[in-house]
Amino acid sequence: MIDRFSWIAIYPEIVLLVMACVIALVDLLDKSQRRMPAYILSVLTLLGVAALTGMYASGGQTIYGFNGLVVSDPMANWLKCFAALAVLVGFVYGRTYVLERGMLRGAEWYVLNLLSLLGGFVLISANNFLLIYMGLECLTLASYALVALRRDHTVSVEAAMKYFVLGAMASGFLLYGMSMLYGATGTLDIGGVFKAVASGQIKHQVLVFGVVFVVAGLAFKFGAVPFHMWVPDVYQGAPTAVTLMIGSAPELAAFAMAIRLLVEGLLPLAFDWQQMLALLAIGSLLIGNLAAIAQTNLKRMLAYSTISHMGFVLLALMAGVIGGNALAAANAYSSAMFYVIVYVLTTLVSFGIILLLSREGFESEEIADFAGLNQRSPLYAGIMAMCLFSLAGVPPLVGFQAKLSVLQALISTGQAFYIGLAVYAVIMSLIGAFYYLRVIKVMYFDDPVSVAPIRAPLDMRAVLTVNGALLLILGLVPGALMALCAKAIVQMLVT
Amino acid sequence: MGWLSLAIWTPIVFGAVLLALGRESQAQLVRWIALIGSLISFLVTLPLYQGFRLGTPAMQFVEKTPWIPRFNVNYHLGVDGISVWFVLLTAFITIIVVIAGWEVIQRKVNQYMAAFLMLSGLMIGVFSALDGVLFYMFFEATLIPMYLIIGIWGGPNKIYAAFKFFLYTFLGSLLMLVAFIYLYMRSGGSFDVLTWQSLPLPGTAQTLLFFAFFAAFAVKVPMWPVHTWLPDVHVEAPTGGSAVLAAIMLKLGAYGFLRFSMPILPDASREWAWLMIALSLIAIIYIGVVALVQQDMKKLVAYSSVAHMGFVTLGFFVFNPLGVTGGLLQMIAHGFVSGAMFLCIGVLYDRVHSREISAYGGVANTMPRFAAFALLFFMANCGLPGTAGFVGEWTVILGAVQANFWIGLLAATALISGAAYTLWMFKRVYFGAVANDHVGEMKDINAREFLMLALLAVAVLWMGLYPKPFTDVMDASVANLLKQVAVSKLN
Repeated sequence: MIDRFSWIAIYPEIVLLVMACVIALVDLLDKSQRRMPAYILSVLTLLGVAALTGMYASGGQTIYGFNGLVVSDPMANWLKCFAALAVLVGFVYGRTYVLERGMLRGAEWYVLNLLSLLGGFVLISANNFLLIYMGLECLTLASYALVALRRDHTVSVEAAMKYFVLGAMASGFLLYGMSMLYGATGTLDIGGVFKAVASGQIKHQVLVFGVVFVVAGLAFKFGAVPFHMWVPDVYQGAPTAVTLMIGSAPELAAFAMAIRLLVEGLLPLAFDWQQMLALLAIGSLLIGNLAAIAQTNLKRMLAYSTISHMGFVLLALMAGVIGGNALAAANAYSSAMFYVIVYVLTTLVSFGIILLLSREGFESEEIADFAGLNQRSPLYAGIMAMCLFSLAGVPPLVGFQAKLSVLQALISTGQAFYIGLAVYAVIMSLIGAFYYLRVIKVMYFDDPVSVAPIRAPLDMRAVLTVNGALLLILGLVPGALMALCAKAIVQMLVT
Repeated sequence: MGWLSLAIWTPIVFGAVLLALGRESQAQLVRWIALIGSLISFLVTLPLYQGFRLGTPAMQFVEKTPWIPRFNVNYHLGVDGISVWFVLLTAFITIIVVIAGWEVIQRKVNQYMAAFLMLSGLMIGVFSALDGVLFYMFFEATLIPMYLIIGIWGGPNKIYAAFKFFLYTFLGSLLMLVAFIYLYMRSGGSFDVLTWQSLPLPGTAQTLLFFAFFAAFAVKVPMWPVHTWLPDVHVEAPTGGSAVLAAIMLKLGAYGFLRFSMPILPDASREWAWLMIALSLIAIIYIGVVALVQQDMKKLVAYSSVAHMGFVTLGFFVFNPLGVTGGLLQMIAHGFVSGAMFLCIGVLYDRVHSREISAYGGVANTMPRFAAFALLFFMANCGLPGTAGFVGEWTVILGAVQANFWIGLLAATALISGAAYTLWMFKRVYFGAVANDHVGEMKDINAREFLMLALLAVAVLWMGLYPKPFTDVMDASVANLLKQVAVSKLN
């Protein structure tokens, strides 16, 4: 039975879909170069959606709609709210960039991003294997197209091809795992899978097979080692504005997907998937940090840094269930959620600065392009430095609070293995500090090679400054955001 | 807002204001704001000494408000007899550093001054934080301004030095963070340092935690054999950076031993005291000899710092009132003296642009007033009675003899080597005939340099002649600390 509540649960998705179509149509009438109507409509849409989901989230209700097909709980709504804001910030940062690179022949830039966000929303709210798959495909198909949006640019097209082939394979893995779980449990509903697995009636072997494939699919999406090959190529090859988009909001969706699949669906098998996550995390921290040292291209370096940060998220995800006891679950998963949100916030700044420095015919993506930024603009050098210190986990920036929560989740388990992992993670952070410091060194200690003035529209400068300031402010007063994550996760766990 | 919060945030707010004044044309305004800011920051620390109640080991000027409720982290500040002097010392040295950079720094003046003011606030925060996370935040955040100070205004090999400084200290403190979180878990969810001090801990855990703390604090002190970053960093850092580094940042490590290692891990501290004493003695004796052969003035003073900090850790780990009080006195004295020595080198460097001892000779002929100041500080560095340097070393040696005659004897040899390297350098740089034209053209110190050296000279003599205000404040807290160390926490 489809009741009133079912529709309420998916209002944000409906708004997004309708507006994406409206923007595509409105754009047909717009013959201008700059496509301002599409921009303004997109921004308004995202503001509206963010407000709507924020309102739902603070209402604190959990609604199951369409016979349990979708779930709208505070965790989902907060993630949606932040994802919408991230895309909004991406639009602001990328506006001139896409214009100067001929990516604005139509309104595809806006429409595809909104559709990708829609896929993310579906993924976040999905409570059913098929819906998860649908959301994921909607998200990634739009992303493939976005990466290839600069049709005349060989590198971008190559990156899109790689992204597509590997992404399709990952989807295949995920689907295969899901079909095994379906075969074993006889249901696609995540709650149903949980009940069936918890009953202990089902052959463990089949389930573990399914879990392996599901985890592999997830690892692809997170970019965890050894499924990380696409990340550096796509990050580097995609136009920077697109890199920003695929590096921010989709990470929130991937986190939600991991929570829905592993925690809500397969928590009784935690012992099995935790071991896999441990291996993925160890590999990601190692490869991500070591390979980042060797990079001269900032986007590629940030790609490897992403891999290592996802290692941290996986560490937090695996600290939830200890010896069959899920007491630490809320602590661990909310740390992971906090980490992902903080990571997205920081990523927006780093790519925002890259976009700020690039101008027509010049991509500012080599580390050397940042030389002497402090002499060209102390403000933006300061913001970028805060962003890098935050990524390195140096207090008082928010990245430290994120690392603190994850380490706390690991050590609070009291198990020697987990404490060992925490020590391993901090040693890897030390290696990480090196390559972030190197960029700061280039910005502050080297002389500028270019004296071209930094020009950017007012909206971009304002948003970038606020975004940078947030890194410091949230580092000083992280309490509210942490409490928000904790509350959302607790509610997700009890319902 | 309490006095401690004011002491922390006043310089930081002034630093932020300076950062907002971006243009180079405003340099003179920036300098004055920085000076006024540092003076106000010093003034707000004075009530801490005036209002300090003697004879109690309890924390004073306590401020406590919840900060991160989810982890039970509090904004918890307070000072006792161990830490209160360092708050004042930090604010005092910052004034000197602002004066020292007045003419020398011409590039990015606002960032330079802002970095030092913020650094000052952060270091005061380290000395007054009573919450693990708060302490860690301040402790680590000091790395950011110092990294930039070395890297932007440093010497030719500044980049190597800046990285070495950051990464060396970052590794140690990350391990300390893990130790903090472990204590948080053991104590049932508290980051409160005072709670940790009464928390029972098994032996293995204590040993592991002891070495995690050791990684953080020994690097910062620095103790032999993890001292190698210090000479490199001192040589490349600008004068002000060297002064703050030697005068205060090294004390953060020694302070950590007193606030964390000893009271929280008394059994491990006693078990590993032999190691700490051995490393301290190596620093005192071996590094003293190393200092003797240095060609570079800054390197020589850097090695002398390592040797003097050896006294501090030696004093702490003989576990008697004389030793610990001596260590604390030595920390303060070394703050004045080493800061002054680096400023003296800065005065010479500004004129000749060389730090090599061989580039000088006969400076006393052309700069008599300066040479008089320098002589005082050099004498204080080798522990001449009547100067600050004597009080600390003498008390530590007394404490060491009380614990074990041979340890005391070995420590006392430092008086010989210290005198040897300091006075030999003095002779080569200041005495004799004028060595070359550069030295012949040197002008004596101007009013600004006179003021900054005079302030330090007063402090050095005051502490040397009348150390009672210092010891009075410390006594109760030191006695309490030793009581804590004596009680086993094994259960």
